Amino acid sequence: MTYTPEKPPIAESSEELLARIPGWGADLDPADRPSVPREQFDPTLSGAHWKHPERQPEKWPRERSVEHTQLPPVFGTAQPPRGVSGAIRKLSYARYSEGQAAHWLLLIAADRVDTLESALRSFVTLHPDNPITQTGVRAEITHHGVRSRLGRKRTDVKHHWMDPLIVGAPWVAGAVLTRRLVRRLRRSSRSVNTPPA
Amino acid sequence: MRAMVYRGPYRVRVEEKDIPAIEHPNDAIVRVTRAAICGSDLHLYHGMMPDTRVGHTFGHEFIGEVHAVGGSVQNVSVGDRVMVPFNVFCGTCFFCARGLYSNCHNVNPNATAVGGIYGYSHTCGGYDGGQAEYVRVPFADVGPGLIPDWMDDTDALLCTDALSTGYFGAQIGDIAEGDVVVVYGAGPVGLFAARSAWFMGAGRVIVVDHLDYRLEKARDFAHAETICFTEHADVVRHLKYLTEGLGADVVIDAVGAEADGNLLQHVTSAKLKLQGGSPVALNWAIDTVRKGGTVSVIGAYGPLFSAVKFGDAMNKGLTLRMNQCPVKRQWPRLFEHIRNGHFKPSDVVTHEVPLEHIAEGYHMFSAKLDGCIKTVVVPDAA
Repeated sequence: MTYTPEKPPIAESSEELLARIPGWGADLDPADRPSVPREQFDPTLSGAHWKHPERQPEKWPRERSVEHTQLPPVFGTAQPPRGVSGAIRKLSYARYSEGQAAHWLLLIAADRVDTLESALRSFVTLHPDNPITQTGVRAEITHHGVRSRLGRKRTDVKHHWMDPLIVGAPWVAGAVLTRRLVRRLRRSSRSVNTPPA
Repeated sequence: MRAMVYRGPYRVRVEEKDIPAIEHPNDAIVRVTRAAICGSDLHLYHGMMPDTRVGHTFGHEFIGEVHAVGGSVQNVSVGDRVMVPFNVFCGTCFFCARGLYSNCHNVNPNATAVGGIYGYSHTCGGYDGGQAEYVRVPFADVGPGLIPDWMDDTDALLCTDALSTGYFGAQIGDIAEGDVVVVYGAGPVGLFAARSAWFMGAGRVIVVDHLDYRLEKARDFAHAETICFTEHADVVRHLKYLTEGLGADVVIDAVGAEADGNLLQHVTSAKLKLQGGSPVALNWAIDTVRKGGTVSVIGAYGPLFSAVKFGDAMNKGLTLRMNQCPVKRQWPRLFEHIRNGHFKPSDVVTHEVPLEHIAEGYHMFSAKLDGCIKTVVVPDAA
């Protein structure tokens, strides 16, 4: 058919589809499709009763894309930047536009630093991070982890084994480093306390 | 209040947080009665979205009751039951004035390429989301809508993103009567896109996935033919065979950044974060659609580059259509479809979890356990 003008026929006619599928063709006319045409100019449609929105107070120097010529009037105030990750984020926003890969790669790097900083910070609180309960791995038992995967022709099981490594590797590395640090401190304190022969 | 918080890739917990405050005269504070975990939340959960900060509360699909309003709010009142589109938007900027609410320029200092989205990282504005007992809703006079008395709460919840996005995806495919439509992805958005393709007059709808229980739902709920791509060495070739070599008129990518089907693509994006997203479904879409056809992209990708087969798209003369859905624009017509009984959106919901068990809810959804398609989160105070 591809080599001739005709389109391959459809197995069911429009009448048959209308009889089988509730609502078939209800939006056949593009005029009934709310996103057609894409742009519909009507500044009053949204219900807004302002031309320019009032400005939300800026409680700290809000990081923003260099592509914005001004701070937008409304913005989120969750999780202000802090620590080393905050410094990386501020650098990324101040120096690189959204068109530069460095902008996004720095932000992703800051996310990883943030995870580490926050985990360390959590250990001096009454609510330390728990890498096991936070993964929700209990669902493997309560929601049929094995049965959901075996014999189902799922292709994602090929990489599921990586997930515990991604979560666990930083914690294992942290534990090893801490152990080494403690041993080194003990050794150095022993050598300080041992009188010279 | 109790709120879900992100603690790092694959880790979330519930913490005590302050109830959000009114920060702008047109803010409202909404007490959340139902929220949902979206497939795109998994991109945050897996650490793929740049500037996802520890402590962030996810959740861009939620409904609730207005708890407090700022001084200039006129269109909603305390006690109103409201559904909140996932877009934060001002209603009057260049883009909002043209109905492109998802592209609002007045609500996201962190990026100009994307509008504001609740609970979707600082790249999308730094707003905490609705997987919590309370949430701040900016521009309360333009965003939230009153839930119609006749509408079921779960149906209203699905209108805030998944249903609207699926319906939008079918529209931007420019489907004509008798068209062959292929939908990649049988998650909630793909199911709604497939179901909506019939409204536009599709002659044949084929849904592709690898999860058997989701394909079963595509047959039952969306009246679609289905293909499990792991049963075929080359799914694109199989689809060409099914369409007598022509290809589909319209292909909808309802998968996005974590597409499976090519281990290298998946690992370099979802695990190693070297790409903005795994473009497997998008590349299959480009290869599956007929020359001169349309690819509609409603799957979410990150802002970094991805290895997309752009040459084929050019050579085939394709039309590529995509956007985050301007949700509120879809509602009047969608409400008619629901009220006329054309379908029941809540049929795709498979699980309900209390907010306190959100970590298990995320793991179940991420690992696709227990036949999970759509998970609703219920805060204790609901």
